Amino acid sequence: MTANRFSAATAIGAGLLVAAGLAIGSGAAERGVRAASDPLYVAECGSCHLAYPPGLLPAQSWRALLGGLDDHFGDNAELDEIGRRQILAYLEENASRRKRDFGAGGDAVLRITATRHFRHEHDEIPVRLVADNPEVGSFSRCDACHADADRGRFDEDTVRIPGHGRWDD
Amino acid sequence: MAALLALAAGPLVAPAASPDGAIDQLLEQYRAAGAGDFSAARGAAAWRQRVTPADGGEPRHCGACHGDDLRAPGRHLRTGKSIEPLAPSANPARLGELRQIEKWLLRNCKWTWGRECTAQEKGDFLQFLRTQ
Repeated sequence: MTANRFSAATAIGAGLLVAAGLAIGSGAAERGVRAASDPLYVAECGSCHLAYPPGLLPAQSWRALLGGLDDHFGDNAELDEIGRRQILAYLEENASRRKRDFGAGGDAVLRITATRHFRHEHDEIPVRLVADNPEVGSFSRCDACHADADRGRFDEDTVRIPGHGRWDD
Repeated sequence: MAALLALAAGPLVAPAASPDGAIDQLLEQYRAAGAGDFSAARGAAAWRQRVTPADGGEPRHCGACHGDDLRAPGRHLRTGKSIEPLAPSANPARLGELRQIEKWLLRNCKWTWGRECTAQEKGDFLQFLRTQ
């Protein structure tokens, strides 16, 4: 059972959902995650992949990632030093402080897909729908299934797996 | 009178509004760095050249992500994200920003060929791309 809190809010009533949305927008929510908002981060990192919400990883993870951009999971994503520092500052400031966004051993991981939270939320999804699905290919491509990923919305109601449809567990 | 004014303003506005300003500026820098004349044909050939990475993986070339038709969108090899057409004829916003061009040439030469491109190679690429 991995239905998250937003699904529950939908069941209770639209009013709650709106309230939750507002809370995310204002940054007051402890639940959910805020969409990436820094224009430089969105422009630079978002040109190759979804500009992942900074709150999905702890600051240690972001520091490690931004320290190795010349080999960014096999790609070169070098930035000039001014831009790199500016983006890192934004990511650190908005990073997660929750234990669930670390790895299974409590370590700061490089991949969002390796965090406890991510693994918990996706543990029931068969490989054939993601890695073996040519329209998805990888769990790293949030927006392949989460239509509103760029707005920081990852709740189950918005999931549409290409070639499969809704996901309901 | 309006037409005359528009004509007069044309050349002043053009460098900022088209890729030519940024590309011309870069070609000038590359010449200053020792490059000779630039050739679109050489750039086109280099664009298609396939290079096997040092670790022995699949050979890489520019079209692996940008596609073979530069007027159509490309697709990032790993992330699958759509890449806007590179050809200025299809996408006038392309190749207009000097720093962006330099950033991508640095990253993409290193990834595709395993090294930085020379001033000559970069100039040939731009000479080729601007005609697309």
